[in-house]
Amino acid sequence: MTPTLAGRIQTRLALLGTVGVVWTAIIGLVLGRPYRALFTALLIVAVVGIAWEVLYHAVQQFRWEKDWPTLLGLVVAVPEGIATWLLLKAGIPWDVGEVPAGTFLTMFVTVWLLVWAIANGPLQIVALRWRYRGGRFLGGW
Amino acid sequence: MSVDHGDITDRLVETSEWTDQDLLAHGIPINDVPFVSIGGGVGSFAMVDLLRIAGVGVSRIRVISDLDTPSQTYEYLASNSQIRPDHRLRSDSGSVIDCPWGWPGYALRESWASKRPGAAAQVLTEPLLADWYTPTAGQVYASLHRESQRISWPSVLWPGVARHVRKRIGGGYFVLFTPPDGAAETKRIAVRCRFVHLAVGYPGVRFLDDLQRYRATHGDFQRVVNAYEPHDHVYAEMRQRPCTVLVRGAGIVASRVLQRLIDDREQHGAQTTIVHLFRNYPTGPQGDKATFRRPATKGWVYQGFNFPKAAWGGQLRDRLEGLEGRERAALLDQLGGTNTAPRRYWRDQLERGGARGFYRQARGVVQHVAPVEVGRQIRTTLTNPDGSTGQLDADFIIDATGLEANIEEHRVLNDLLTHAGAGRNPKGRLDVERDFRVRGCDNGDGAMFASGSATLGGYYAGVDSFLGLQYASLRIHDALAAAGFGTRIGVRRSVSQWVKWARNVAP
Repeated sequence: MTPTLAGRIQTRLALLGTVGVVWTAIIGLVLGRPYRALFTALLIVAVVGIAWEVLYHAVQQFRWEKDWPTLLGLVVAVPEGIATWLLLKAGIPWDVGEVPAGTFLTMFVTVWLLVWAIANGPLQIVALRWRYRGGRFLGGW
Repeated sequence: MSVDHGDITDRLVETSEWTDQDLLAHGIPINDVPFVSIGGGVGSFAMVDLLRIAGVGVSRIRVISDLDTPSQTYEYLASNSQIRPDHRLRSDSGSVIDCPWGWPGYALRESWASKRPGAAAQVLTEPLLADWYTPTAGQVYASLHRESQRISWPSVLWPGVARHVRKRIGGGYFVLFTPPDGAAETKRIAVRCRFVHLAVGYPGVRFLDDLQRYRATHGDFQRVVNAYEPHDHVYAEMRQRPCTVLVRGAGIVASRVLQRLIDDREQHGAQTTIVHLFRNYPTGPQGDKATFRRPATKGWVYQGFNFPKAAWGGQLRDRLEGLEGRERAALLDQLGGTNTAPRRYWRDQLERGGARGFYRQARGVVQHVAPVEVGRQIRTTLTNPDGSTGQLDADFIIDATGLEANIEEHRVLNDLLTHAGAGRNPKGRLDVERDFRVRGCDNGDGAMFASGSATLGGYYAGVDSFLGLQYASLRIHDALAAAGFGTRIGVRRSVSQWVKWARNVAP
C-alpha cells in the first residue's frame, strides 16, 4: 500500500467502524458477550491508532518508495496489541472490569487480520479510487 | 482542382478546423460515434474496459487501430527485449491490467492457479524479505485476452491508421483514418465525435546518436542493435563462437539483456565476454537526505518499479499534482531516470561475472563508433572519466538505453501540435490536465484526452505502466461522466461489475 497520512487515518476509522464493529459483535457471542470490554478495546485501537498512524507515516518517510509493505501492516499489530491491552488493564478510557487475556487476544487478532486482509485488496471492489488516493475516501482526487 | 474521391488534399490538411461540408466535398464518408480512442494498444484497452464497466455500450465507442489485439505492440517490444511469456515483467501484483479493481492481484491468481503458495508468500513479504513479486508476461497476456473478449473488444475495433484529429466547427472533432487496402470504398474515413482519446504509445525506438550515425554510415544493422528491435541473431551467433558484446544502458532492459547473455553462458555454453558501458556511474545512494534517498551501487540505481510506488497512488502522487513547470520536471527526474529492479538473481549473476572475468564494467562518454580497420569488430572510442581517450572493441553492440522518442515523430500528435492547439509539458511531451484532458483542445462540448507515454511530464509520473493507464482511464471516466457521458462508477456499480468480472460475463 502507499498510504498518505489522511488516507491511513480514514482507512483505519472506516474499516474499524464497519468491519471492526460487525466482527466484534459476532466474535463477542463466542467469547461470552463481554461487549463493554471488547468495544472499548476497539475504540482504543481506533482512537490511539491515530497517533500510531502519525508514527507510521513518519517511519514511511524513510522509505524511498514511500510505501507501506503488506508485512508491516501485520507486524505493527504486536506493539498496538500490547498498548491496547495495557490501556484496557489501566482502565483507560474507563474501567471495563476483568478481561481474560485470551478473550482480548482472540478479538484483537481476528479483527486485525480481517481489517488487514480487506485493506489489502477486497476494499478496492467497493472503493475503486481508494488505492490511487493514498487510502482516502473523502476529499476528491 | 481535381480531388481523388474520398481522399484528403493539401488544402484540407492545411485547414486547421473542418466543417462537415469540407469532408463531404472531398467525398469522405462521415460516421457518428461519441467516443473514439486512437491507438488500440494497452492504453486504449484500459480506457474501453472502464467505459464498458461504466455502462457505455459498444455502439458508442470505437477504437481506431492497426493492431489485432491490444497487447500486440507490448508483446512485440517485450519479446524483443528478451521478456518471453514465461519471463517476469517489472510490474506490481496489484497492477492488474484486466481488472481495474486490482484484486485479486497477479500473485494470488498465480498461487491459486498453480496451487502453490510461493507467489502469495512473496507478495506478502515483499520487498522486506523477498524481491518484489512480478507477474509473468504470459499471465498478463492471457488475462488481458480474456477481458478483451468479455468487453467485446473486437466489436469496438475499427481497423485502420489514424491520420488527423481536427476540431470540428460547431463542436467536437473529426478523426480521419485510413482503412486497410480494399476494406472500404474510399481511401479515408472520417468519424465525427464528441470525445477523442489518444493512446498512441511510443512513436518509435530511440537510438543513441552515435549508434544511429554508425548504422547510417556503415549500413550495419546486424551488429549494432537496439534491445527493442528483433535481435535474436546476436544471441544465436554468440552461442556459436566466442564473442565480445558491448551493452549500453543501465535500466531494466539492460538488466534483462545481461541476464540473457549470462544465462546463455551458464546454461548453453556460450563463451561471451560482456563489456558494460555506463555513461553515469553512481557508486552510492542518491539523494541528499535520509527521507529522500535511493539505493545505488556499482553503476546501478535500484527501485522496485520505474518510479517509487507512491507515485502511482500515495504521497508522491499528491506532491506531483501540486507542482508545475520546471519543479515538476525536476521531481520526475529525481523519482525516475535510469534505474533497474533490485533482483537477487541479477545481482548474483553480475557478481559471478565480475569474479570470473566475463562481465566487465566500463565508464565514459562515447565519441564515436566505427568498424576496426582489420577484422569484423566495432570500435567504440570514448572519453574516460579522467579525460583520457579509450577504446572498446566488440563483435556486437546492444543499445539498451530506452524507447523514448519525440512526440512530433508521431503523425497524429504532430498534427495536434500544429493544428489543434495542443502544447507541450515541461518535458516536451503532450500537455495534459490532471484529468488527462489535452490542454488547448477543448471544442464546444467536446474534449480530447490522452494517456500513456505521450503524457510523461504531466501531473502523474507512472503514465506508461498498467496501473498508470488504469489511473488515467479512471480520471478520464470521471471527467466524461461529469460531462454526461456514461454514469460515474459508484459503490453499487463497482461491486456489481466486479461480480460480473469475476464470473467472466459481459459488463
